Amino acid sequence: METVELTSSDVMPAVAPACKQEEFEMVYHRPATMVDVSMHYCPGCAHSLVHKLIMEVVDEMGIQDKTVGVAPVGCSVFAYDYMNIDMQEAAHGRACAVATGIKRLMPDKYVFTYQGDGDLAAIGIAETLHAINRGENILIVFMNNAVYGMTSGQMAPTTLPGMKTTTSPDGRDVSFYGAPIKVSELMSALPGSFYVTRQAVNHANGVRKTKKALENAFKYQQLHKGTCLVEIIGNCPSNWKMTPVEAAAFVDDEMVKTFPLGDIKVPKAEDLKP
Amino acid sequence: MAETKLMKGNEAMAEAAILAGCDAYFGYPITPQSEVLEYLAREMPKHGRVVMQAESEVASINMVYGAAGAGFRAMTSSSSPGISLMQEGISYLAGAELPCLIVNVNRAGPGLGTIQPGQGDYFQSTKGGGHGDYRLIVLAPSSVQEMADFVYLGFDLADKYRNPVLMLSDGAIGQMMEKVTFHPYTVPEKNKPWATVGKPETRERNYITSLFIQPERMEVHNQKLEAKFKQIRENEVRFEEINTDDAEYIFVAYGLSARICQKAMDLAREKGIKVGLFRPITLFPYPYQRLNELADKTKFMLSVELNSGQMVEDVRLGVNGKIPVEFFGRLGGMLPTPEDIVHQLETLMQHHGNR
Repeated sequence: METVELTSSDVMPAVAPACKQEEFEMVYHRPATMVDVSMHYCPGCAHSLVHKLIMEVVDEMGIQDKTVGVAPVGCSVFAYDYMNIDMQEAAHGRACAVATGIKRLMPDKYVFTYQGDGDLAAIGIAETLHAINRGENILIVFMNNAVYGMTSGQMAPTTLPGMKTTTSPDGRDVSFYGAPIKVSELMSALPGSFYVTRQAVNHANGVRKTKKALENAFKYQQLHKGTCLVEIIGNCPSNWKMTPVEAAAFVDDEMVKTFPLGDIKVPKAEDLKP
Repeated sequence: MAETKLMKGNEAMAEAAILAGCDAYFGYPITPQSEVLEYLAREMPKHGRVVMQAESEVASINMVYGAAGAGFRAMTSSSSPGISLMQEGISYLAGAELPCLIVNVNRAGPGLGTIQPGQGDYFQSTKGGGHGDYRLIVLAPSSVQEMADFVYLGFDLADKYRNPVLMLSDGAIGQMMEKVTFHPYTVPEKNKPWATVGKPETRERNYITSLFIQPERMEVHNQKLEAKFKQIRENEVRFEEINTDDAEYIFVAYGLSARICQKAMDLAREKGIKVGLFRPITLFPYPYQRLNELADKTKFMLSVELNSGQMVEDVRLGVNGKIPVEFFGRLGGMLPTPEDIVHQLETLMQHHGNR
């Protein structure tokens, strides 16, 4: 981590200045609720993409003034530097407790946490599980890349069996450390969870599905019927010691074996009635 | 008209929280203060307020963080081991400059300790408690009345300085029943433009954080906090003095100890010993200056505490070597009798007189 003071000089502007409306059709632009700065994330990292998807949903729903986000401790600790919404930075693992405090006082706001696997599944699993068990009407965006990113690649509760990390140099030994925690499956067993899905963003198709999942989850908050958990398999080329292309392939080849993609718990039609 | 009731300290504090406009209470059961959560679980919903039993003290304090960050009056209470668990969150609250009220109904420790009253959390309460450079405003009630009054004061000070306030009570003040009058109080209009309530187009986004990864910015933030603590030291010192005008000796004690010392003072005065009582009400900021002034006309001071000698270090800092400062305390949830204290005073008088 070098700096948080980021400038926009070297990034593509939200609206390309050379484009004149009459000459070109605008087909893609930065979400209005994204701050116009370059991000500190590594090349090929999933965080920046998922930040953008969340902000696209906030934009499209027109809920910037009704949304409060909670950032974790981990690589995405600086999420509030990029998301142009009101946010709180929580202590490591405590995002769901913080979000509970926000949402219970402001039940009509859209409240989401954005947490990695160390934050959510290790130090913060109690806060997460209890928030979901209470059916807090929040969205938990769970970024699972199977390693601790910010501290440079230590073993996480979600590290794959045999996967090498800086603290499991010979590969994760499940006889010693247990098997990776399947957070979504675990949490879907709680009656308080309303919508649980696992997606990945290593392909365009997955990106579209992830956005749809996030959109569903934001909209479901209006129903006040429970917690939405959107797990996203993140690529972490730097800590997986891979190129971005290799990391994208690793998601398909290895990550999904332990963490199969798709909806794990979806509301029934009658549950979607207000 | 102000209403007077006979109530437990913990319940008076809980009732005062409702009257003080506390929007949310998050807590976890622990003796000797579980009545607070029980009382509020029953009463808060009647007022449309939020009350929640959290899964742990760690969760409670972080729920307080979320609610306080959204601009609401939020509080929690616990007893010593639970307050230890909250220290991480308290440090974050102080770092992020979030106002809130935390009540510690101090029991004896360390570790699981015992459920009887103690004052062993003085250091933790007044010197920081969690990691990093910060202070809490610490209020020490010595009656059921003050457990109620300091809720209003605590919330007001927390909002004024954007800093957590700790009420440091103990297992006796929290559990005993006394008369308490709930004075009229007007909940101030909410004025927290920094709160995270959803960003309208008309302002920049608000974010609550204690993270400043560039050391230059971290230092600026630390200096800002220090400037605030300086202001608090200058403006918020509170204490009570009884019979200090003609006192040759002074008991220094807070909370429950001060009550026992008051009786000890009366017994000693009956014997013709000119002893007074100095009771710090704010433990941070500490009344160093007044103690220093009193030292000019006093032979020695005796700090009486329910611990092994913690506040006595601050008394010595205040007195700054002018006169001897002695310590007397009981431990483990045991209390000294007024007679014990008088005996200690007489022993010390003899000792210092014979020098």
